[in-house]
Amino acid sequence: MKKQDKTDRKIVTGKMSRRTLLGGVITAAVLPVQSLFASEAKAEKQVLTDIVDDPTKIIGPGPSPLGKRSLFEQPVRKPSDISSRTPLQDMHSTITPADLHFERHHAGVPAIDPVKHELLIHGLVDQPMKFTLADIKRFPSITRTCFIECAGNFRTGKTEMTPQDILGLTSQSEWTGVMLSTIFEEVGISNKAKWFLAEGSDAAVMTRTIPIAKAWDDAMIVYAQNGEAMRPEQGYPMRLLLPGFEGNMNIKWLRRIELSEEPYMTREETSKYTYPVKDKIRMFSFELDARSIITYPAYPQKVNKGWVEIRGIAWSGRGKVEKVEVSTDAGKTWQLANLQEPVLSKAHTYFRHLWEWDGKATEILSRVTDETGYLQPTLAQLVAARGVNLGGYHMNPITAWQIGADGRVLFKPETIK
Amino acid sequence: MNRKTVYILAFPVMLFLMSLKTAFTSMQAQSPSTDSLKRPAKFGFGRPATAQEIAAWNIDIRPDGKGLPAGQGDVKKGKLLYAQKCAMCHGEDGTEKPGVKLPGSALVGDTSANSKPKTIGNYWPYATTLFDYMRRAMPYNLPGSLSNNEVYSITAYLLNANKIIKADVVLDAKNLYKVQMPAKKLFIMDDRKGGPEIK
Repeated sequence: MKKQDKTDRKIVTGKMSRRTLLGGVITAAVLPVQSLFASEAKAEKQVLTDIVDDPTKIIGPGPSPLGKRSLFEQPVRKPSDISSRTPLQDMHSTITPADLHFERHHAGVPAIDPVKHELLIHGLVDQPMKFTLADIKRFPSITRTCFIECAGNFRTGKTEMTPQDILGLTSQSEWTGVMLSTIFEEVGISNKAKWFLAEGSDAAVMTRTIPIAKAWDDAMIVYAQNGEAMRPEQGYPMRLLLPGFEGNMNIKWLRRIELSEEPYMTREETSKYTYPVKDKIRMFSFELDARSIITYPAYPQKVNKGWVEIRGIAWSGRGKVEKVEVSTDAGKTWQLANLQEPVLSKAHTYFRHLWEWDGKATEILSRVTDETGYLQPTLAQLVAARGVNLGGYHMNPITAWQIGADGRVLFKPETIK
Repeated sequence: MNRKTVYILAFPVMLFLMSLKTAFTSMQAQSPSTDSLKRPAKFGFGRPATAQEIAAWNIDIRPDGKGLPAGQGDVKKGKLLYAQKCAMCHGEDGTEKPGVKLPGSALVGDTSANSKPKTIGNYWPYATTLFDYMRRAMPYNLPGSLSNNEVYSITAYLLNANKIIKADVVLDAKNLYKVQMPAKKLFIMDDRKGGPEIK
């Protein structure tokens, strides 16, 4: 190790003889595995401390087995006991890096051996079957980009809140797997089956019942995320993907599907993920309603007088984003934002709107209309429709940002009662 | 160069020409077509599941009682089990006390509609869900460790504490699903289908 330290230093200072280089390579080649971590940590530290005035005069570190972010870019999730949130204010487009995808699990992330993992499909089927991960991967595959959002993705209460704090429980990936309909055709589904139960292999043995129409429409069993094997937090080795449906129904660590004539009324579809609407409790809200947020400028960013490109994301669980409107005068007037193509169904859609800020205090807002004609409501409209006890599920109000004359951007928290 | 040497040299050239011919033929054979038209009725992947495998995982219980196992439980045993296995998170008697934050949710309370906090009495529409959820996921620190009799007993205790069943009821597969929950009448299916209405 000592010898290599010396070599590294020489590389960085640029005074490197052929002999030193060879010596360094040979030493690196015989490094025992256990020292890899130590040498990686050291290399990282070295890059950090060796930022130089003129990078064109010094040979940098060579290729490495695993890429890392620039040390100047440190986007992180924001974890609580039960979830972690995507730093939407740090994103420049709509694919969420897999290590920044939001998490919500009900009994932690299980450690699953992909070779031992099996998926059981039974109930109202012609032939109950078990599939290994290898079996699932043999079926014709498909890749689809869509968002996943937690049903409880709404926080408010103070001005110092980032997009991550307000609604960071939504992320987007390019998912690869097999259509659930392909698997259902393989098993043979009785025409008496109207629902299917999906169950996870976590310590919550999490279950939800899903209408069978979703299986024949666009449901998938996915095993890959953004081109590589899915992360454990997202359901490794396989999860259910129900585009547009509330997050918890996309059962992670999927181990069992049971076909049934009627719903099971599991805990997560009765006493959780339901919400008061006036004097009733609404259940089986599957699709996430259309929503948008400006992610730039947003707290804690600052803006300067002059040209500002307002940027953000918009999405709908019921289809495509039809249009996004932006207001720079606290909602008095609205302008159409530009949508980044391609606009995909049930997917985060990036929008942009160029604005010349005159330096006066104002509020900026965005609102989306989806292809069903649904216009994103204000919080007041949601409260009027559902009552003051509406709870925290399926909340999609317009988010307003207050721009101060000093260029500071603060969230405008609105009260429910 | 003798004759033998010529053969030795010519052999790789022949191989090369042969491989070229093969490549050319296969290129001609690749006329564009979509494989999706030729999908088989069955791919034949996976294997039939055995009855034992299904029984080992099939732990769900439906509101009509399908899936409820043999066994039974009563309020008295349930109270003791609750104290041992549940009270540490859900509180001594399952109720919310002012100023005390429970690690788990309150389970016992007023059964009238829209009262706070949300408990089994005012927010659980089916008694079968209690059995299903407790057996699969509780206690939080030892999930899946309760016997069927224990789950019946704790279910009986919690239903009695919420004033839904009497103290002398013995719960089993024949009567648990018949318990009428006060909150059931409050639940409505979401009927929204998109469109301009805010609902």
